[in-house]
Amino acid sequence: MRIDGKGLIDRSKPLSFSFDGKSYRGFAGDTVASALLANEVKLMGRSFKYHRPRGALTAGSEEPNALITVGKGAQQDPNVRATVQELYEGLVTRSQNAWPSLDFDVMAVNDLAAPFLGAGFYYKTFMWPKKFWEAVYEPIIRNAAGLGALGGATNEDDYERAYAYCDLLVIGAGPTGLMAALTAARSGADVILADEDAVMGGRLNAETGKIGHQSGAAWAAEVLAELGAMDNVRLMTRTTVTGAYDGGMYGALERVNHHTGKRGGGAPMETFWRISTKQAILAAGAIERPVAFRNNDRPGIMTASAVRSYLNRWGVSPGKSVTVFGNNDDAHRTALDLSAAGVRVAALIDSRHDAAIEGADFPVYTGAEVCNTGGRKELESITIRTTSGEQSIQTDCLAMSGGWNPTVHLTCHMNGRPTWRPDIQAFVPTEGMIPDMTVAGACNGTFSTHGCLQDGAEAAKTALAALGKKPADVALPEAEDAPYTLSPLWAVAGKGRAWLDFQNDVSVKDVKQAATENFRSVEHMKRYTTQGMATDQGKNSNVGALAVLADATGRGIPETGTTTFRPPYSPVAIAAMGAGAQGKGFAPQRMTTSHKASLRMNAPMIEAGLWYRPSYFPKSGETNWRQSCDREVGYVRNAVGVCDVSTLGKIDIQGPDAAALLDFCYTNMFSTLKEGRVRYGLMLREDGYVLDDGTCARLGENHYVMTTTTAAAGLVMRHLDFVTQCLHPEWQVSFTSVTEQWAQFAVAGPKSRELLNRLLETEIDNESWPFMACGPAKISGVDGRLFRISFSGEHAYEVAVPARYGAALFDLLVERANQMGGGAYGMEALNVLRIEKGFLTHAEIEGRATAFDIGMQGMMSQKKDFIGKTMAARPGLVDEDRPQLVGLKPVGAVKKLTAGAQLYPQGADAVANNLEGHISSVGFSPDVGTFIGMGFLKRGRDRMGEVIRMVDHVRGLETDVEVCNTVFVDQEGERVRG
Amino acid sequence: MRFSGLRVLREGLTGNKGWAPHWRDAEPKAEYDAIIIGGGGHGLSTAYYLAKNHGMTNIAVLEKGYIGGGNVGRNTTIVRANYMQPGNSEFYSHSLKLWEGMEQDLNYNAMHSQRGIINLCHSDGQRDAFARRGNMMIAQGDDAELLDREGVRKYLPYLDFDNVRFPIYGGLLHRRGGTARHDAVAWGYARGASDRGVDIIQQCEVTGIDIENGQVRGVQTTRGAIKAKKVGIVVAGRSGQVAAMAGMRLPIESHILQAFVTEGIKPVIDHVVSFGMGHFYISQSDKGGLVFGGDLDFYASYASRGNMPMMEHVMEAGMTLMPMIGKAKVLRSWGGIMDMTPDGSPIIDKTDTEGLFIDCGWCYGGFKAVPGSGFSFAHLMGTGNHHAPAARFRLDRFRTGRGIMDEEATGSQHNLH
Amino acid sequence: MRIECPICGSRDRREFYYQGAAVALDRPAPDAGEAAWDSYVHLRENPAGETRDLWHHEGGCGSWLVVTRDTVTHAVHKVELASDVKGAMS
Repeated sequence: MRIDGKGLIDRSKPLSFSFDGKSYRGFAGDTVASALLANEVKLMGRSFKYHRPRGALTAGSEEPNALITVGKGAQQDPNVRATVQELYEGLVTRSQNAWPSLDFDVMAVNDLAAPFLGAGFYYKTFMWPKKFWEAVYEPIIRNAAGLGALGGATNEDDYERAYAYCDLLVIGAGPTGLMAALTAARSGADVILADEDAVMGGRLNAETGKIGHQSGAAWAAEVLAELGAMDNVRLMTRTTVTGAYDGGMYGALERVNHHTGKRGGGAPMETFWRISTKQAILAAGAIERPVAFRNNDRPGIMTASAVRSYLNRWGVSPGKSVTVFGNNDDAHRTALDLSAAGVRVAALIDSRHDAAIEGADFPVYTGAEVCNTGGRKELESITIRTTSGEQSIQTDCLAMSGGWNPTVHLTCHMNGRPTWRPDIQAFVPTEGMIPDMTVAGACNGTFSTHGCLQDGAEAAKTALAALGKKPADVALPEAEDAPYTLSPLWAVAGKGRAWLDFQNDVSVKDVKQAATENFRSVEHMKRYTTQGMATDQGKNSNVGALAVLADATGRGIPETGTTTFRPPYSPVAIAAMGAGAQGKGFAPQRMTTSHKASLRMNAPMIEAGLWYRPSYFPKSGETNWRQSCDREVGYVRNAVGVCDVSTLGKIDIQGPDAAALLDFCYTNMFSTLKEGRVRYGLMLREDGYVLDDGTCARLGENHYVMTTTTAAAGLVMRHLDFVTQCLHPEWQVSFTSVTEQWAQFAVAGPKSRELLNRLLETEIDNESWPFMACGPAKISGVDGRLFRISFSGEHAYEVAVPARYGAALFDLLVERANQMGGGAYGMEALNVLRIEKGFLTHAEIEGRATAFDIGMQGMMSQKKDFIGKTMAARPGLVDEDRPQLVGLKPVGAVKKLTAGAQLYPQGADAVANNLEGHISSVGFSPDVGTFIGMGFLKRGRDRMGEVIRMVDHVRGLETDVEVCNTVFVDQEGERVRG
Repeated sequence: MRFSGLRVLREGLTGNKGWAPHWRDAEPKAEYDAIIIGGGGHGLSTAYYLAKNHGMTNIAVLEKGYIGGGNVGRNTTIVRANYMQPGNSEFYSHSLKLWEGMEQDLNYNAMHSQRGIINLCHSDGQRDAFARRGNMMIAQGDDAELLDREGVRKYLPYLDFDNVRFPIYGGLLHRRGGTARHDAVAWGYARGASDRGVDIIQQCEVTGIDIENGQVRGVQTTRGAIKAKKVGIVVAGRSGQVAAMAGMRLPIESHILQAFVTEGIKPVIDHVVSFGMGHFYISQSDKGGLVFGGDLDFYASYASRGNMPMMEHVMEAGMTLMPMIGKAKVLRSWGGIMDMTPDGSPIIDKTDTEGLFIDCGWCYGGFKAVPGSGFSFAHLMGTGNHHAPAARFRLDRFRTGRGIMDEEATGSQHNLH
Repeated sequence: MRIECPICGSRDRREFYYQGAAVALDRPAPDAGEAAWDSYVHLRENPAGETRDLWHHEGGCGSWLVVTRDTVTHAVHKVELASDVKGAMS
């Protein structure tokens, strides 16, 4: 029912929206809940377990009942709080967790079966027959569970993440937060003021009390106008600070476009902020708690402050004849405000015998309690119990108040536990729970407006002192300073179910039963009953449930303790916290200088770490990749092939101790390497296993260029940093990654020199540029570097030029290669070529291999210390029984090998106890004419020529394979020197 | 009291007044045959199997807080036997078999649900590594199926197959893998142990281990000294501190692993799904929440809470892999303290002190090990001999280099798992 | 979480790679024996409280840092360049 003359809504802007297909009218400034209440719709949802009819309990983000779904398809947003969702023209909402309709929900039958579905019932049944859990029981439970539904379609909305920095983060913009922000801002601090609401002001917008000569809302607006005009202040409305983290970091969710429903135009739906601040003031206010009594969950029953909010902020009375029930003076305001607004107040019931209220023009019952309610889909009556007995009162709205709980949540995010304050029967933050955070106002147990304003100013001064800033003089405006008195009232005695956790349907009985069953620790009770695990994270129920548990176990509340509040303060969409990662955004994309050329040549690109590399370069007429691959292998074996190898890590190392560094990092010697020569090197981790391998070239006395594998480039760089800073800071050596600075191409095959000599300024021959030679070279007029190294076993070179010439050089090399009967080759061919020669990749040196395993124990120098030397000598790492690298070729009926297949002795069953090894790499060798492979086999080096069993269970493949040398082509190694 | 559907019915009809404690809270006695330090999943299952398999009932479980308050109640509830390294492979295979009979054995519904696990792969190399893993699983007597891209699509049509940074090449399906209701496992074992006479003593913190002449004599606690002939340390997350009471230094660093749960939503994810290009694994609980996690926060910590960088990384992985979950809202995040060993595999062994045993180093794989660990540790404590499936979980493997079980191929040194 | 790099200033944790206990600075001699090496590579004090560990400012200046911090509260007490710490050890 809309009340004339009340509220901050804009009545000049009517809006239409729909709920469950029915159209309603509201105004700008309304939430879905306020507009539905204005339209006298009270039934807004169904509870999780018993599907009991429910209406809005609150007027804020802590709402447990009025959860709705907004939008459809990819835009479908489940579990939206109707109490938070702002109205916009054309907003489409619907109820959830009810079938076939909210009004008639078949699952409400659960409520009748409630005696059998109490706390933890599922731990005691559904065990027979065993197979029925997955087949019958669980599917039924799963389909019944859950709240709203996801749309099921791929997300299409934009979300964003951002960083913000400030001196002072003020969390909450009620009287405390506004006063704190104003004080700090006038003192020159960089301030962020964040509030979850669409309009800042907190309770000031929902109360009738004055600040100075004006309404609280007007004062708030005035302060906000001043703050908004200041350069050192950022006001963040609709922004919930969701988590407190280490080092002054806070997470915050800004709901950017939910109040407009608009998509596109560059603005996201939500932005997840990472706020780094030097100081913080928590001014998050307090949340009113319900009272547990029989059937305290009917639509129309809400917290007393929520009723005031609907009345004063939205100009709505949630009922025509309202009753108010509380244990404190604050609840009286609801009755007074309603009465003043002309709404009929049927009764004010105060549990305290000595309660006094002035100016009441409605029936007042003191020392009385509400002990039951009537009505199903909306409240029709309440039963009150007084000293003279029980009586029924007709009412369609009950405002209840069990007192206020300070919003301590953020202060618990670093494992701190709050402190019980008996005088206000509530937990308040324990000092120092979050470093550099000051807690002020209602969230610290200060409930009067005056107290909050004063607290806010004081908190700002504390923060300013820590920031080393002098506080400006800010006058404290006048405001009410009413004392807050209450006497505890958690649960009204009596039969029936009195609800504590509304959404999860946890009643007083459930908590008591949990205690009976020895779930007496508050954590046990929570986990057993699910109390506090609903979408409100126990904001409405934790303290009440705790009090009931304390009572049931004969302990006090402080001894019973609390569960922990964990981030986020209110739920945050995965899309917001993971914004930007959808699609290709998950990881950077690295492209070589030949990337475009590869695409032009229709090469399928594959991911190699963060890089993209060409798989193969298809030619017309080829129908599968194998044909392309075989052809490209042929280029290298018979003519000349060109391959971009720029993704390999390149580290430029210079200084008098460069050689010492390399000797220490590689197992073999590099100080003895001649200038102008390249050497293959093996690197271990300190635990003795292989870290990486690659070549390293000595360009000058104190100048080396190290090559790493593509995958290990970053790892090796970090490793070198470690060695030179943590182990040998005295060494004079500098190094830097030059992976991106140089484009590097392999030119491989018998005609490689012929090709290069047409481009090099100075021709080379076998004497001037023998195998493993390196040095500067001018190619097509560009100063580059030439390395005579080979990963294919052929006469081959790698030519490097500054990256800006890479694309041009690749095109040129490929064009020339084409003219000579060769061409570009991709990863598939590269892999075959290296397997034919027994060269390794990370398929072999996969982290578990030792130098011994890969047959390189001879490369471990005896003359020097190096990283990993000692641990590599552990008995377990040189055990003769370890799987050793061998070559493999199929000799059975099936002529195929597969990587990942297992190796067993002939005649042995393919079971774990008989396992002797596995295949690491396979490829089809055009030279050999079959698949060939490499693998690790127990005592493999002693088993050359033995025929063993290959079994690939998961691919359904089995064959006989012969153990052989890992070199399949040119075993004498002559071609590479040709 | 035996639990059954009939019992639930009968109690429901009579006002649910007949329910009794699931386990007894005992006062500490002066002496026990054996003491288990740690009332988590592993400690409770150890006590249960000591009583059940080895007839040892004069034993106590000492818990400094409340039982099941550690990692057994803070994980992503995944149960699987898909390991590749000898040692791990046979152990988790055994543990999964115990899971499969646990609820009937304990008369407690832990909602163990074999809904299938699919590990996704994103390159040829990864697919081959999965084939190798799958082959080992089958060779061990467990189940595995290698799925190609279309095979994955059949089960998980909601994944982003088209416009994604790391395309899906296929996956490894482990049908017997799944999830369970984590707390119930601890409570079920507690109840089973308690029914067999085991004393479960909560709010009893061990402050010292009494050792004389190389032989354990008992423990000092916040509730007095307790004598015992045998003591088992089963305190994941605090292993280093308790072992130090016996003068031991362990090959363990403690790290945080965060986990997340969303608000309840109607069923969308039937399986357990894991991403291969970043740590991310997800399932949906019977209550409707998406339960998911990622990698360690990566810094030594005992805080059992994490920070934003890893949290956001986990969300990023979720968004690139299955962008249909974007509007599911994260309700709660938490952290567990992981005993990280150098090779990522656990320790179940004797110590240099006679009668003192240790079960630790479960890294982030402890939940699925709850039955197996208890079974094998009870065997070791009860008989003095290593139980075959756990025989490789030796403390000295790092020193000797023998039997290192480096499942993720990242080394046998710290902080790489 | 933020770390004050002595060279770059206060930076987000995302810029840093974590390595582990600062014991890594104290590499034993090759012939120091099995126990010393086992201790260096594997065994850890793993304190619940103040610890010194190594971080690499990988996304910044490339410095290795010795960070003194608390493993229970995550408070960072001191950040030093590892090269300075190592230099002072010899």
